[in-house]
Amino acid sequence: MDNAISFEMLTEEEKYKHFIERIEAKSKIEADDWMPEEYRKTLIKLISMHGISEIMGALPEKEWVPKAPSLKRKLGIMAKVQDEMGHGQLLLRVAEDLMKPYGKNRENIMQDLFTGELKFHNVFHMEAPTWADAGLIGWLVDGAAIITQTNMLDASYGPYARALKRICAEEVFHAQHGESIIMALAEGTAEQRAMVQDSLNRWWEALLMFFGPGDSSTTGTSKQDITIKYHIRTKTNEQLRQDFFTKYIPRVLSLGLKLPDESMRFDDESGKWLYRQPDWSRFKEIIKNKGPKSESRLRLRKISYETNEWVREALSSRSSGM
Amino acid sequence: MKILTPEEAIKNNAYKNALTELLYQLADDDFILSYRGSEWLGLAPHIEEDVAFSSINQDTMGHAAMFYQLLENLGEGKMDGLAHNRPANRWRNACLLEKVNGTGHYLNEPKYDWAFAVCRHYFYTSFKKIRMESLKTSSYQPLADAAVRVSIELFYHQLHWKTWFQQLMLAGGEAKTRMEKAIQTVCNDFGGVLGLGSLGESMVTFSLIDSEETIKNRWNCLMESIFEGVSSSLPETLGSMNGDGRNGVHTQDLEAALKTLSEVYQLDPTATW
Repeated sequence: MDNAISFEMLTEEEKYKHFIERIEAKSKIEADDWMPEEYRKTLIKLISMHGISEIMGALPEKEWVPKAPSLKRKLGIMAKVQDEMGHGQLLLRVAEDLMKPYGKNRENIMQDLFTGELKFHNVFHMEAPTWADAGLIGWLVDGAAIITQTNMLDASYGPYARALKRICAEEVFHAQHGESIIMALAEGTAEQRAMVQDSLNRWWEALLMFFGPGDSSTTGTSKQDITIKYHIRTKTNEQLRQDFFTKYIPRVLSLGLKLPDESMRFDDESGKWLYRQPDWSRFKEIIKNKGPKSESRLRLRKISYETNEWVREALSSRSSGM
Repeated sequence: MKILTPEEAIKNNAYKNALTELLYQLADDDFILSYRGSEWLGLAPHIEEDVAFSSINQDTMGHAAMFYQLLENLGEGKMDGLAHNRPANRWRNACLLEKVNGTGHYLNEPKYDWAFAVCRHYFYTSFKKIRMESLKTSSYQPLADAAVRVSIELFYHQLHWKTWFQQLMLAGGEAKTRMEKAIQTVCNDFGGVLGLGSLGESMVTFSLIDSEETIKNRWNCLMESIFEGVSSSLPETLGSMNGDGRNGVHTQDLEAALKTLSEVYQLDPTATW
């Protein structure tokens, strides 16, 4: 109690200093702790975007759930997409706690998604026209997500770090699920192998863009520095992209697939992968909800929201009347 | 009489015919309903429900897989072929369970009806629980064993749908109106769910399952008490308005569903996927 009173008596500057000392000492910040406005806002943006991306990210694979080619695949992909929805729920709960001081809740998150204020991850704006895409998303998109999220497992914000721990554990299963689909195709008929190569070619640029631009010169802003400063993440976008190449390029090649970028190679001298940059102007368009599937996926979410409005009303009238 | 193995079952042709017919009904009911459920993925009223509903659909498809496996063991062909490669007139599910979730397609303007989903699932799950109780004493031991495993999971499914049914019925207003309309739609075809088809008598004679009448009475008893609790009553007539699925007479909805669910499989039915 005494500590609480004395903390309240500190100036904003002293509180900030105390906060920085805590995160530098690797102590976890909890939902009710004092935190600088910039930290709270950065977290809200990061976590609500992550949460809503899990939910929007369910949609490209969901296209293939009813069509999966065997009972085992149908069950596997259903469980996988369900996990993504579950991650979305978990993360939105974390974001909702952070938004409380602003009087905001999940309703605001959904509205912000519909108005375009809240973005969802650039990778989920892309098309998934074949069954191989369902496998490739699980294998490489979830594989990329594991790399990004592992980078934040020690995030200074406790509730996010704990949520990520659970999410990462499940993502490992997703990557295995995707890899199993891809391996069956890669070891299958000529048509099946062509289907995987076609899918890899289609997703290549999106996979490069997955980690975001190298610095702020591409989009004008970048949150990389702020998130590193506040010990939310440790590595830069480019470091993560390089980690992804190191982990997955050998696997892609071992399946007999061709890299869509024929100029790509590992440079011993710099210890880095050299690759052709994706078209970052396209990236800028995609994150403005102008990707190939941005509108139709937002439309799906909006229809579900509107069609079920009566259900939410019935539940709230019932709980308020009880 | 207890038949312990598929080898024993196929020795008596009449027994085998009644048994396989019953197994197709069980497998196809669960498979097609869980397929409809999978179309809802990402579109449920809230995120928490999306997660819960998907668990139920996975359980239900898992039950279908168990019944298809029993058919495979009886020499009916590979289970994936049974689920993905049969013409509509060979399906034995009730027509109510193949009915579309609402207007639109799951990828294009899906205006799905949650009241219909709740009523269809609640009524069907209650029936399924009674059916599984009956199957626990089936003369075909592998089926009786499967019924025990299925039954355990059904407890949670029933609780889930009962909670939705009661909440929406008691909410009054628009919810009650929508629910009453959905109850009528479900009852128009629920007779088809309760039916055992043209080999029904044989199924009962061979002690594979209780009679249609017995199961129907148990279901009616259960539903009446539930309806009393929400100050409403179950419609008196249970019909088969849209076809006779137990005897292979189906709607366009099934044709379209089969086309979608086997789209990838049909690219090459001999390939490993």
